[in-house]
Amino acid sequence: MKNRLIMIWYGELTTRKSLLRRGLVFLSPGMLWLMVFLVLPGLVLVAVSFATRGAYGQLEWEYTIENYRRLMGFSLFGWTSDYLLILWRSVLVAFITTLVSVILSYPLCFFIATRKERSRYLWLTLVIIPFWTNMVIRAYAWFLILAPEMPFARLAASLGFIAEGSPLYPNAFAVYIGMVSMFLPFVTLPLYASVEKLDWSLVEAAQDLYASRIRVFSQAILPQTLPELSVGVILTFVPAMGMFVVPDLLGGAKYMLVGNLIQQQFGASRDWPFGAAISMGLMVLTMITLQIYRRRSKETDHR
Amino acid sequence: MKRTHPIITSLALLTMGFLYLPLLGVAVFSVNSARRGLVWKEFTFDWYIRLFSNERILEAAWNTLLLAVISTILATILGTVLAIGMDRFPWSKRTRNFLDIVLHIPVVIPDIILAAALVVAFGLLRVVSSLFDPGLLNMIIGHITFQIAFVALVVRSRLVAIGRDVEEAARDLFAGNWYLLRRVILPLLMPGIVAGAMLAFTLSLDDFVISFFTAGPESQTLPLYIFAAVRRGVTPQIHALSTLIMIITVIIAISTERLTRKDLFGREKK
Repeated sequence: MKNRLIMIWYGELTTRKSLLRRGLVFLSPGMLWLMVFLVLPGLVLVAVSFATRGAYGQLEWEYTIENYRRLMGFSLFGWTSDYLLILWRSVLVAFITTLVSVILSYPLCFFIATRKERSRYLWLTLVIIPFWTNMVIRAYAWFLILAPEMPFARLAASLGFIAEGSPLYPNAFAVYIGMVSMFLPFVTLPLYASVEKLDWSLVEAAQDLYASRIRVFSQAILPQTLPELSVGVILTFVPAMGMFVVPDLLGGAKYMLVGNLIQQQFGASRDWPFGAAISMGLMVLTMITLQIYRRRSKETDHR
Repeated sequence: MKRTHPIITSLALLTMGFLYLPLLGVAVFSVNSARRGLVWKEFTFDWYIRLFSNERILEAAWNTLLLAVISTILATILGTVLAIGMDRFPWSKRTRNFLDIVLHIPVVIPDIILAAALVVAFGLLRVVSSLFDPGLLNMIIGHITFQIAFVALVVRSRLVAIGRDVEEAARDLFAGNWYLLRRVILPLLMPGIVAGAMLAFTLSLDDFVISFFTAGPESQTLPLYIFAAVRRGVTPQIHALSTLIMIITVIIAISTERLTRKDLFGREKK
C-alpha cells in the first residue's frame, strides 16, 4: 500500500511507485552495464575456477576442486610450497611497500606542510606528477637507472654484490625499489590532507611537557592523522598485492608475485581454471584486508 | 612559521629525489645522441623526430587516444546517469547498499582480477560472436567498466554537495522533469561531470593491465608498446616516447586541476 500513497518528494507531488519507475530509467543503463561486464564475468570466473583444463588448454565443464588443491600445493608428486610461497610473498611485498611508503611519507608531508603557501602548492604538484605518470614508464625508468652502466650498478659491482657489468635487476631489491616509488604518492597525497590541517597546539603541548620525540609522534601526531593514513594504506596495500608490471619487469622469474602467476595462466600456460582459482585466492586476500580496514575505521569512529 | 628538523628536510628531499631520479634519467637520455649504451655523447632531438616516422608508434598512439576518448565519453554518460539515479530517488536502504557495493567493486579490487574475469567472459562470448575476439572493442568495454564506477562516484559526491534546495525551488516554480534535468541539475553538476570525465580519461591512458589482457595483435596501445619494447632492450626512441608521454600527462593533470577549479584532493581552492 505504501507505494500508492501520494507523497511530496522535494517539491514534486507524486507517488513512490512512479518515482521509483523514473529512477529505474536512470539506474538501468549503467547498472545493466556493470551487471553484464562486471558482476557476470566475476561469477563466471568463480565457476571457471571449479572447471577443468582440457589437454589443449580449452575449458571443460567438469566440476573439480583440483585447481584449489593445486594452489594449496598438492600435486601428483606430493606437496610443494611453490604457489603458497608466491601468495605469501605478494602479501609480504605489499606490506613492506606500504610500510616504507608510510615511513617516507611523513617527513615529506611535514616538509611540504611547513613551506610557504605558494611553494607548498608547487611541491604538491611535484608529488602528483609521478602519481599520474604511466606505471609502465615509471617501471621502465628504473630499468634505466639500475642498468649496468649507471653508478648504482657499478657501486654494487665494486662492493661485490653483483657481477661486474650486470644490471641491478631482476631481483627482490629492484622489485621493492620499483614498488615503493610506484605507490609512495598513494600514501603521501591522502596523508598530506591531514598533516596540513594538523592541530599543532597538541604537538607543542606534548613538547612543553617534555614528551620524547617518539611519544610526540605516537600520541600527538599519529592519532590525528590516522583516518587519512589508513586510506593511504588501503590504497597502497590492495593494488600492491595484485601488482603485475613491476615484478614482471624488475623481478623476472626470480621474484614472482601473484599477479605474474595469474598472467602466466591466462597467457603462456593457457590454464584458465587455475588462473581463475589464483584470482580467487587474491580476491580472498583483498577481502580480508578490506575487512580489517573496515573494523579499524569503525573503532576509530567510536572513539 | 613552523620549522622542520634538518633530518626531516633531508629525508623529504631524498624522497623527492627518489621519485624523480628515474624520470629525469629517462628525459636526459632521450636527448642523448648515443645509439647504444648509456654514455652521454651530445644533445639531439633526433629521437623525437624519428618517433613521428615510426608507424607502429603512431598507430599505438592513435589506438591509445581512440580507446581513451570513446570509453571516456560512454563511461561519462553512463556514470552520470547512474549517479543521478542512485542519489535522487527514494530507494530502500537495501537497494542502496547493493548498488553501493557493485559500484565500489572496480575501485577496490586489484585490476588484474577484473582483467581475468573479462578474459574468461569474452572467451565464452566468443563462441556466440566473433565481435569478442581480443581487440579494441574488448578494450573499450573493459575500460568503460572500471571508468563508470569512478565517474559515478565523483558525480555522486557533487550531487550530494549541491544539495536539493535549488531543485525543490525549481519544482515549486513548476519545472517539469525534463526541464529540471536539463536546466537545473546538469548545469549545477557540470564541474563534477568534467572532473569525472577527466579522471576517467587519465585512468584509461594510465591503464596497462586491462589493456594487456584484452588487446589483440592489431590493437597495441602506447603502454603496451613500451612494455613489449623494454623486454627487447631499451632504446633512445623509447626514452623519447616515454618523456613525451610524461609531458602530456603533466599538461593533462594541470589542466584538469584548472578546469575543475579545485586542487586534486577535491577541496575548493582559495
